[in-house]
Amino acid sequence: MDFEALFKQFLSGDVAQQASILRSLTIFLPELVLSCSIVLMLVARLVSLDRIIPTHWFALLGGMASFVIVLFQFWEFGNSQTVPVEVFTGLAIHDEFSIFFRGFLTFFLVFVIALTVLTGIPDDEDAPDFYSLLCGAVIGMMLMSSANHLLMLFIGIEMASVPSYAMTGFLKGKRRSSEAALKFVVYGAGAAGVMLFGISLLTGILGTAQFSELAPRFQAVFASHAGMQDPATRCVALALLMIAVGFAFKLSLVPFHFWCPDAFHGAPAEVGGFLSVGSKAAAFALLVRLTTSLAGDGSGALSQLSLSCGLGLGLIAIVTTTFGNLAAYSQQNIKRMLAYSTIAHAGYMLMAVSALLVLQSVQTDLVFQGNHQENGPRAMEGLLYYLCVYLFMNLGAFAIVALIRNQTYSEEIDDYKGLAQQVPVLAICMAICMFSLVGIPPLGGFYGKAFIFASVYEATNVHWFMWVVLAAGGLNTVISLFYYLRVAKTMCMDTRPADAVPVSMAASSSPALYVMLVSGMVVFLGIIIDPLSKVALHAAHALF
Amino acid sequence: MSPETLLTCIVFLPAVWAIPLVLFDAKAKEAMRYWGVLGTALTFALTLQLLMQFDSNKSGMQFKFDTPWIANWNVFFSLGVDGISLPLVVLTGFVCLLSMLASWSIEKNFKGYLMLFLILETGMMGVFLSLDFFLFYVFWEVMLLPMYFLIGIWGGPRREYAAIKFFLYTLAGSVLMLIAMLMFYFNSDRSFDLLELARIAGGTSAGKSHVYGMSMQVAAFIMLFIGFAIKLPSFPFHTWLPDAHVEAPTPISMILAGVLLKMGGYGIIRIAFPLCPYGAQYAAYFLAALGVFSIIYGAFAAMAQTDFKRLVAYSSVSHMGYVLLGIAVWKIVDGKTVGREYWEMGLNAAMFQMIAHGISSTGMFFMVGVLYDRVHHRDINKFGGIAQLMPHYAGLAAVIFFAGLGLPGLCGFVGEVFSVLACWNFSPLLAIVAASGVILTAGYILWTMQRVYLGPEYKGPHPEALVEMNSRELAIGYTLVATAILFGVLPHLLFDPMHGSIQALTQSLASSYETLYGAIHTSQLP
Repeated sequence: MDFEALFKQFLSGDVAQQASILRSLTIFLPELVLSCSIVLMLVARLVSLDRIIPTHWFALLGGMASFVIVLFQFWEFGNSQTVPVEVFTGLAIHDEFSIFFRGFLTFFLVFVIALTVLTGIPDDEDAPDFYSLLCGAVIGMMLMSSANHLLMLFIGIEMASVPSYAMTGFLKGKRRSSEAALKFVVYGAGAAGVMLFGISLLTGILGTAQFSELAPRFQAVFASHAGMQDPATRCVALALLMIAVGFAFKLSLVPFHFWCPDAFHGAPAEVGGFLSVGSKAAAFALLVRLTTSLAGDGSGALSQLSLSCGLGLGLIAIVTTTFGNLAAYSQQNIKRMLAYSTIAHAGYMLMAVSALLVLQSVQTDLVFQGNHQENGPRAMEGLLYYLCVYLFMNLGAFAIVALIRNQTYSEEIDDYKGLAQQVPVLAICMAICMFSLVGIPPLGGFYGKAFIFASVYEATNVHWFMWVVLAAGGLNTVISLFYYLRVAKTMCMDTRPADAVPVSMAASSSPALYVMLVSGMVVFLGIIIDPLSKVALHAAHALF
Repeated sequence: MSPETLLTCIVFLPAVWAIPLVLFDAKAKEAMRYWGVLGTALTFALTLQLLMQFDSNKSGMQFKFDTPWIANWNVFFSLGVDGISLPLVVLTGFVCLLSMLASWSIEKNFKGYLMLFLILETGMMGVFLSLDFFLFYVFWEVMLLPMYFLIGIWGGPRREYAAIKFFLYTLAGSVLMLIAMLMFYFNSDRSFDLLELARIAGGTSAGKSHVYGMSMQVAAFIMLFIGFAIKLPSFPFHTWLPDAHVEAPTPISMILAGVLLKMGGYGIIRIAFPLCPYGAQYAAYFLAALGVFSIIYGAFAAMAQTDFKRLVAYSSVSHMGYVLLGIAVWKIVDGKTVGREYWEMGLNAAMFQMIAHGISSTGMFFMVGVLYDRVHHRDINKFGGIAQLMPHYAGLAAVIFFAGLGLPGLCGFVGEVFSVLACWNFSPLLAIVAASGVILTAGYILWTMQRVYLGPEYKGPHPEALVEMNSRELAIGYTLVATAILFGVLPHLLFDPMHGSIQALTQSLASSYETLYGAIHTSQLP
């Protein structure tokens, strides 16, 4: 291809369902804006501009700008006859699902930056480093959520992970922080290696790395093969298992969760909040996209593939949730407890993916009364709603931990005794977040959980094992009550010891307002459900 | 006021009333008290207004309205009232007003107490008025959080244990209810409408030809029943109740006994029975036997107590046994309901017993609270001679305790006697055992009265504090005594509005069972 042809393609080479490079760059604008703000931050430090304009403004404005652009893209999708397109010659995809997650992540970025400004965790000296790492990680997560190619999958995961390692070790003087970062990095590198091997195996067998091509190729390759005796089948199973290891690491699923409590314990609470929501959301977006493209339309050999993947994920979900909840029970440090709670919640959310795959494995309407086409999107709606509420309730909890730490220098649950008498705002908001994490209406956490349980119930029509998943989910909700309630109880019911460090925060101060806003959103999403649920369903439809 | 606005106001007025409390100064306790009393009084007035507008000649739902809430999931904000829920709504307003008046002794963090109290009232009203299963579930859980904190912060010495026990029991029941709810949702083409679900169960729904399968009905009934039996409470799920009652502050005990326990009975009548007639009939004998066992067990347990409040708590277990018995006396022979009018009588009795117990146990907890506020202990063996020191109080307390005992002429009598009578048709053996429970009840109540109120003199701690009730307490006491006598003498005041709805309920259940029975025997049903 000569230069002229390349240039033409750059300008207008819209192949069917593929955007030209120019159009791809327009679609890529939110990521570009974030990248620009990173460059600006670093340049600003070179010319000492950060003495005049604090660095967080660059990051905050960059985050807001990219969120607004994503909103505009969403609006564009809603209004015109825009169809999903593959961008950058098929490496990524631009549809409602990716827009939803890019919006989610940029919105979250803005909230995290606001939190770090309020708690002052990166000092002026370190601010450019911290915010470039933060924005860089978000760009990686956005790539994860719009990946359409196995290569992109890997690049996205790595781009999100590497800044996370550095942020975990950000409290440089602290031994625990460095230890956490080291554990995280070693574990992450190992998991990434295994995953890359899995990716190459899969690509080798199927001859493609394009998500949309996976299902047809699989269909073609395995039309004649039968059973696990066949070496090719085993190879694919091995490849999927290895890819699953990578995901399990990102989602902190048992048995690849060991890094999570240590990393959260060592990292500042703000970073913990960021990792627990952001990387989880992006990894779920990626997992859903990969598994749905693998499952395809669920015909022929794909049905078996989809069912076994679904049941396998269901089993992991059960183990993860149960383990997370039981381990959280005995924690004394609140960040460790929240880390285990994150593990448990990853399990709940994985149940949605499991239900989705199991539901996709049957095509016929025989098993179901009513509209079968709706089942998949419904499962996804549950997951997306859960993630949105999770953003607020988990961020709220970590924000309160950070704010209390700034005054008492302690993150032990015992030191939270009787805080309700000194800072009722923080105690009430913490209680709201905790109860929402349990899943008690009228708080948002309940609806996500109920929607997910509903799709798991629907999946019991396909396979009996989903009953076990459903029972485990219900039982775990009851178990989890204990440790969440302990935090609320310690803060609200115990009396503050006389020698405890006093905490004070006016109800009208900006940190208090921030916390009220976040936990107010948890209540809001528990009462006004319709708008977000519609948006989530709309986004979920893009996958099917 | 239009009925829709009225129902919505009844549900949300208390919670909205709680919002301005944020602006009150924490020290302005007196102002907050009157604000709280005004809020509950207004809510009670609204429930009375509902009673006025209610047409007791109609049998179905009245003032029903639906507004989409979560459109994607077919969840509606749907409220309505019929003869079964109306008395309970009025009772809730009544008990809340009285316990708000009894809240004068609360000292710690009164603002928080009031807010939680008002949110709790919204939750209770919502449970009784909602006609959408999902909405019902949400309101059911809304009560949980305020109750947890009300017991856990303002309770007695073992409050934290009692609060978490209450929370855990109820949450476990709720999770089962959630799963049962999903079962109905997916077996009815995604509907949460309780009336529509009941129509499908009876095979009378327009457009839906299928009914729920037998095994599903049994499974769903068991799950729903456990959820409701925990609240009722029925043996063996009652162990949270003595702890919660004993540790809760007096006004909250009044609400717990007066309203919260009724939700169990209401749930069984409104949801468990209509939605799974086959499951209900399948378990009927077991339920009746469980009810009778609870009556006897509760009475014996009450007799063994030395803590006054614990005694009253166990008497609740015993009294609520009559409710379960009255609901369950559904006799079927060869698919046909035998003696439907007896079953109707049983359901009427169960409803009456719920209201009567709402009055008498609220009164009993209040009377215990009056003593506790003065001498700060509840040990029955350290009391005695109260009647000489506080004659006015002892007289009122005697009437209330006799109402609990089931003395003819007072409200407790009607419910007990009718449920035992209805049981005779169902199973004479159970009726005899249940009737003998009355003797046990008389035994422990008379014995308690003897030990507490009679006797030569009071020898326990703080004898100087035993002064006569003040006018606020007297007002509460007299109101309770008056209602206890009123319903004892004129029971038809309650039966009239309930009767039509209960008749319709038994008729539709009997015919749904017949349809089902026919379908089973022509084996069209899995």
